[in-house]
Amino acid sequence: MSEAPPLLKALAIGKQFPGVRALHDVNLTLFQGEVLSLVGENGAGKSTMMKILAGIHLPDEGAIELDGDFVEISNVREAQKYGIALIHQELNLSDNLDIAANIFLGNEPHKSGIIDRNRIHKESAQFLKRVGLEFSTDTLVADLTIGHQQLVEISKALSVDARIIIMDEPTSSLSQKESEKLFEVIQDLKSQGISIIYISHRLGEVINLSDRVVVLRDGENAGELVGDEITHDAMVKLMVGRDLSQFYNRKVTKLGEEILEVKGLRTPPYPNNEISFSVRSGEILGIAGLVGAGRTELLQTIFGVTPAVGGMMKLKGKKLMPKNSLDAIDSGVVLAPEDRKRHGLVLEMNVRENTSLARLRRDQKVGMIDFKIEAELADKTIKDLKIKTPHSDQIVQYLSGGNQQKVVLGKWLSMSPSLLLLDEPTRGIDIGSKQEIYKLMEDLAASGVAVIFVSSEMEEVLGMADRVLVMHEGSITGELSREKLNEEAIMQLATGNKAAA
Amino acid sequence: MNKNTIGILSLFILIFGFTWYSNENFVNGYNMTNLVKWSSLYAIMGIGVAFVIITGGIDLSIGSVIGLVASILALAIKYEWNPTLTVVLLLGLSIVIGLMHGLLITKVKLQPFVVTLCGLLFYRGISRWLTDNQTMQYPDTEGLDSFFSGKVSLADSSFALASPFFFLVLIAIMAAFFLNRTIWGRYLLALGNNEDGARYSGIQTDRLKITAYVICSFLAGVSGLLFAYELDSVQPAQTGEFYELYAIAAAVLGGCSLRGGQGAIFGVIIAAAVIRLLRNSINLVGISTHLEFSIIGLVILGGVTADELIKRIVAKRRSSKN
Repeated sequence: MSEAPPLLKALAIGKQFPGVRALHDVNLTLFQGEVLSLVGENGAGKSTMMKILAGIHLPDEGAIELDGDFVEISNVREAQKYGIALIHQELNLSDNLDIAANIFLGNEPHKSGIIDRNRIHKESAQFLKRVGLEFSTDTLVADLTIGHQQLVEISKALSVDARIIIMDEPTSSLSQKESEKLFEVIQDLKSQGISIIYISHRLGEVINLSDRVVVLRDGENAGELVGDEITHDAMVKLMVGRDLSQFYNRKVTKLGEEILEVKGLRTPPYPNNEISFSVRSGEILGIAGLVGAGRTELLQTIFGVTPAVGGMMKLKGKKLMPKNSLDAIDSGVVLAPEDRKRHGLVLEMNVRENTSLARLRRDQKVGMIDFKIEAELADKTIKDLKIKTPHSDQIVQYLSGGNQQKVVLGKWLSMSPSLLLLDEPTRGIDIGSKQEIYKLMEDLAASGVAVIFVSSEMEEVLGMADRVLVMHEGSITGELSREKLNEEAIMQLATGNKAAA
Repeated sequence: MNKNTIGILSLFILIFGFTWYSNENFVNGYNMTNLVKWSSLYAIMGIGVAFVIITGGIDLSIGSVIGLVASILALAIKYEWNPTLTVVLLLGLSIVIGLMHGLLITKVKLQPFVVTLCGLLFYRGISRWLTDNQTMQYPDTEGLDSFFSGKVSLADSSFALASPFFFLVLIAIMAAFFLNRTIWGRYLLALGNNEDGARYSGIQTDRLKITAYVICSFLAGVSGLLFAYELDSVQPAQTGEFYELYAIAAAVLGGCSLRGGQGAIFGVIIAAAVIRLLRNSINLVGISTHLEFSIIGLVILGGVTADELIKRIVAKRRSSKN
């Protein structure tokens, strides 16, 4: 393979976003008919790199070479023209249209504006055959499972003659069977000469699929592995830049009283599934599972933003049934949500206003804001959490992901919670901030706070949790103590295979 | 004072200067008295709708609420109701109207545009029905005079500050205090910027939104009473018509983004004055009054475009600095 000239070469790519350097001097080479995996922790720059190749972002520095010629990919349409297709983690299909209409969306063959329906159905059928999807082309996409929708996305890529298909976390919401089907399709595409760039947190998949692996860390190349070199340990070492034991060194603290007890809890998206568990003071409880397993919804129900439809919860022995987040906050339960920008922060307000937002009520003087206390609180938070901001009047939008997350945490820590809920706490965060957040989690646990965190990042779950609950389709499929934690066991439970427990 | 308010103040001074330069009769006691009075009336409506716009909503029913209040007031005078009771009743009615809007928007989750558009039609119809669509005069009544006829004349001049101005000062101070100094004002701005984010921080967003609609309708009611008193008569089909658009224009030109989360009371007041001033100066400068709407439209468009461009430049500079 090394004889043939590379299909695609990305040279010294650099990309800057407001407040954060996403990529710096990143090089990447892709040959025809190979599966190249791109791995790295959250925030390492994988997605940005892919978006540059797919024409969604323009690089600030560097160049892209395709078939030995320099090309400029300035929008998605141009990427398509060059045969590059990106399949997002969240699929981009229109639910209300049928399979054929989705495959040809934006590329409809037409005669003076009237879509040639016969042709799109006939051609779509051929693409479906190539990905092994046995559905009629007039099936509504809304009626397909996520796994099947993904195959429609791949068909769509084939319809524009893609030579390079980029898949961003394709298995994050697939069942085991669906994942296996996808791997077969990938092998098929490979044998047809199509190159795949595969992004995943699941190192097991990466080992099985990849011809080569490129590891990114903090927006830079951390290393490359070929063939037999692709092992779990080698990848992790490159991802975190040191031995894992140094990165996560969870010192288990002595557990105290029971903080939260959940019994037969039923959440709105899964009203028939009962969830029961408990967490104690000083404990860090991890919740693992696929995207869509109901983990986020569980946290949101404990926090009261989507009230429970049944069951009961007790916080320190007192009944807790929050009808809104205010109830939960008043009882000492706080949540740093998964979607930081939409739920965690008011982006257009400054650091001071964001850190005080939840506390204003507590510090008010007959409804008036106590500006002195507010300013002191902001300065203390900035200092304690080492938030990198020029001053407390900085609009949080212009902070990096890591510093934004610290603002969210700062907002809650000043409320002295007894239960801290974290949903994907390190998504899109650089390694430095990440380690500080882990340290913070440990310190809080040591001070007697109970911490529950949801994470899709395997290393994080393995490294930080004292105990792990694994969820699948709205139920807890198993519980793993620290001694029994390993990726294989978690994946088994996450894909609904109870036997592993 | 923020950049937007400085911009709109400059615009006011520019138009004021230009009109004065073109027609020296512009600055006389009588004209200034009227300009201040009408600007105040517009500004009261504008402040009301600003609260709704800050939440990311809209209220199209303001003009019809004004028409309804003015019509019922005329009936009350005709049937010799107790003046104090009538005023209390009408303000109560406006609060109930705002409450209904707020409940429909937050609890039934209807869109503000739709709810208040239906309000616009409904209250106008009720006004015409109650009055049999007859134009009605307000005879002088002592009871009402005591509420609204306050006037402070300045020594040796024909210039006087009419009661709407004093109402405006009171309302503006309270509104600015609420928005900038109280926790609820802060919550309102947070909610306008990011409703989910506010909700996840323990803010009861529904209640706040309802409050905004209540404030808006209440101030529409207040200005309805003041308009009625100034106009001396009410035409149920027309009184207050299009006023919601002037109010929204004042709020937007004054720095409220229709996307929500932004607003400055002082800016809204000056913007209301700009709109009144434009009408006045079109007359005095000698431009065809038929162009009045076009010119007001163009000035507002120019104002918000300039504001948007400035914002973009500032954002760019800020992000490149990091």
